[in-house]
Parts: sequence; C-alpha cells; structure tokens
Amino acid sequence: MSERSKPTVSVAAGKGGTGKTLFATSLAVALSEIHPGQVQLIDCDVEEPNADILLHPQITQHTPVNVLVPQVDLDICTRCGLCAKHCQFSAIAVIRDAVITFPDLCAACGVCAYVCPVGAITEVNRQVGSVAHGSTVRGIEFVQGRLSVGDQRATPVTRATGSCNDDSMITILDAPPGTACPMQETIEFSDYCILVTEPTPFGLANLEDSVETCRRMGIPCGVVINRDQAGRPGVEDYCTREGIDVLLHIPEDREIAEAYARGETLADAFPQWHDELVRVYEDVIRSLSQTATAKVEE
Amino acid sequence: MKVAVASSGEGLNAPVDMRLGRCANVIVVDTDTMEFEVHSNPGALAGTGAGVAAAQVVADAGAEAAIAGNFGINSLRAFNSGGIAAYVGSGTVGQAVEALLAGELELVE
Ligand code: SF4
Ligand code: SF4
Repeated sequence: MSERSKPTVSVAAGKGGTGKTLFATSLAVALSEIHPGQVQLIDCDVEEPNADILLHPQITQHTPVNVLVPQVDLDICTRCGLCAKHCQFSAIAVIRDAVITFPDLCAACGVCAYVCPVGAITEVNRQVGSVAHGSTVRGIEFVQGRLSVGDQRATPVTRATGSCNDDSMITILDAPPGTACPMQETIEFSDYCILVTEPTPFGLANLEDSVETCRRMGIPCGVVINRDQAGRPGVEDYCTREGIDVLLHIPEDREIAEAYARGETLADAFPQWHDELVRVYEDVIRSLSQTATAKVEE
Repeated sequence: MKVAVASSGEGLNAPVDMRLGRCANVIVVDTDTMEFEVHSNPGALAGTGAGVAAAQVVADAGAEAAIAGNFGINSLRAFNSGGIAAYVGSGTVGQAVEALLAGELELVE
C-alpha cells in the first residue's frame, strides 16, 4: 500500500453461508455514506457471485475474460505427436489420426505451438467468464466476476476481477469461500483480510485454516464473529491466544436474518450498525498503520 | 491386435487396475502371441490430466483397444476421438484379454 493509495480490504470465510457477503456489502454501504463516491466493492467469488443480491447495482458493462487455447489445423498437421509430448499439462493428445485438445486442462503456455514443426497450431481466444461493472444508487462502484457455466478454471476470471481494484478508492473484495487457490488469489490483492466465522467448533476449525493461509501469505487479518451467541467462547479464546483482533460481533438475530432474506445489508436495515461498521474499518486502518510503523522501526 | 491394459503390476498375472489414469503401468498385450510390453504411466502421480497422459501412452504403443476398471471423461474423449475401443475389465491382465477375445467385455463410450 503506497501512501497515497487507499487500502484494499478482503473479506473471506472458511466456508460459504457464514455471512461473508452480508458483512462485505454492509461494510461497503456504511463506508459509502462517509466517503461518498470513493468506495468500490468487488465480488471475486466467481463460481457463485451473489453480492448483487444485497447491493442491487445497475450493471452498465460486461467485459469478457478470455484465455488462449491451441487450435490445430488438421490439414497441415503430420500427427508427429511433438505437441502432446511437450505439453506438461496433458492438455493436448495425438491419438492415432485425431489431435484432441482439452481446454479445461490447458495453461495457455504456448509450448505446443512453439514445438510444432509445421506451424499447425495457432492460439485462439476462448471465453471463460466475464466481469460486470456498474454502480449502486449510493454510488458504490460495483465489480463482479462470473465464471462461464461448465468452465472449471476460476483463476483467469478471479485475476481479471481482482485487478479491477482501483487504488484511488477504498476497495472491499468479497473473496470465494475456503482457502484454496481462488481465495488466495483474491486476498493477494488486499492489504488486510477480514475473516468472517461462526462461533461453532466447525467455524473455529475453518478459521484456523484461514488464519494460517493469511499468515503464510503475509497478509494481516482480523475476525468478525457472525451469529454470535452467549456461551460459545471458542473462537474468542482462540483469537486472544493467537493475538488476532476480533473486530466485530454480529449476534444471532432473527431480524438480521429476515433483512438478509429481503436483500438488505446490515447498514441498510439497521442504522445502529452503521457506526460499528465504520469503526471496524478504522480499526483496520489503525492496525495497518501500526504494522507499517513497526516495519519502519525494524 | 494390440490391447492395452491398466495394471498395478507388471505381467499377465497382475491385476487390472480400477483406474486408467492412476494405474502404475500400461501393459500392452499382442493377442496373437500373448507377448507383452510394460509401459510405465507418467500420469500415475500427476494431478489433473492423468487420464489424457495414460491415453497417449496407449495410443503411442499402437494399441487398438484399452481395458481398465474405469475410465475418466478425458481419457474416454481421447479414445473415442481417436478410434481406440475402451472396455471395462477385471481380474488379471491375462484373464481380461481372454475375456475381450471371447467378446465378454462391455464397451464404454
Ligand atoms: S498451450 Fe501449453 S498447456 Fe495448452 S495445450 Fe499447448 S502446451 Fe499444453
Ligand atoms: S506438433 Fe504439430 S504436426 Fe505434430 S502432432 Fe502436434 S499439431 Fe500435429
């Protein structure tokens, strides 16, 4: 994070349905009121994007996400098999008279076209997803990636979506659930990662994985406990032990669940949450500037 | 005719492997003489693409048919496109080849 650019905060969770998107969109709405026109929300959960359900943006543009895949001219091809021999991803095979490509396995490295002795392979664009751009009535800039149906490689779409991150704005990234590649590729774009969890043993186990992932990647993190209930101190105790900030408790509450079902964020439905959400963001900024100072002193 | 059989072992008495993509070896049997060659499967330890890699081994060995306990979608696509017949077999490699010659094995597409 350079001095002039505004921080990017990712919101992640060990599994889907923990309230990750509810928190991410609520934070964006609360911040957009005190920083009008300066907040951007990017939905990077390209396999199941759903932040639009809570923010109701007006989409003005769709950009396709393409990858290069080999295309073989069978009239020129001599069936020599060199392309298959050199492909490290087994994404092209020469089986008797047929040359078969497997776009889902292809890493678009270009090696097959390079080794083909007769120039039978050209690389052509294949669309694997798209990125929607728009804005909400509150002036939040909205970006949402979506993987094409039936496509398995989220990476190019996640990258294209995450790189819409605008340095001059406060950016909230809604990360895919879990700790696998798409989640890591998303939080890599961020300066700080907020981990949303439930106070159950299962939630704690997922949280431990997420914290480990953030630490390995050198991304500072804090925790939001959703559907919090009295008498479930497991997550809180873990955070104290590990020196991780608990940024917010969102109680188990029927009214919150109902607002969510109606497609409303916490900040829309309950004005009293507004200040709390802004405070969470300020805590994150403080923690980031402390880390920065500590680094300078080192 | 040459037939390729997925196996965890190295001869006609070795068992047929459940999965073509993950088998240790592809045993290519000449059905006229019952002589065989053992080809190691480069996809055995690979992540994705194991089925395609194994299908390539089968094709490179000049086999016209392949036998395994099971085939993944990628290896089936490779075999179907290239005109190599894929059969579900079990028991030992030798038994599976005999069963194929007797017309007892099920063709998968
Ligand atoms: S572009 Fe690379 S990964 Fe794709 S088929 Fe060619 S060699 Fe394989
Ligand atoms: S390297 Fe070129 S000529 Fe050889 S099989 Fe592949 S596409 Fe055909």
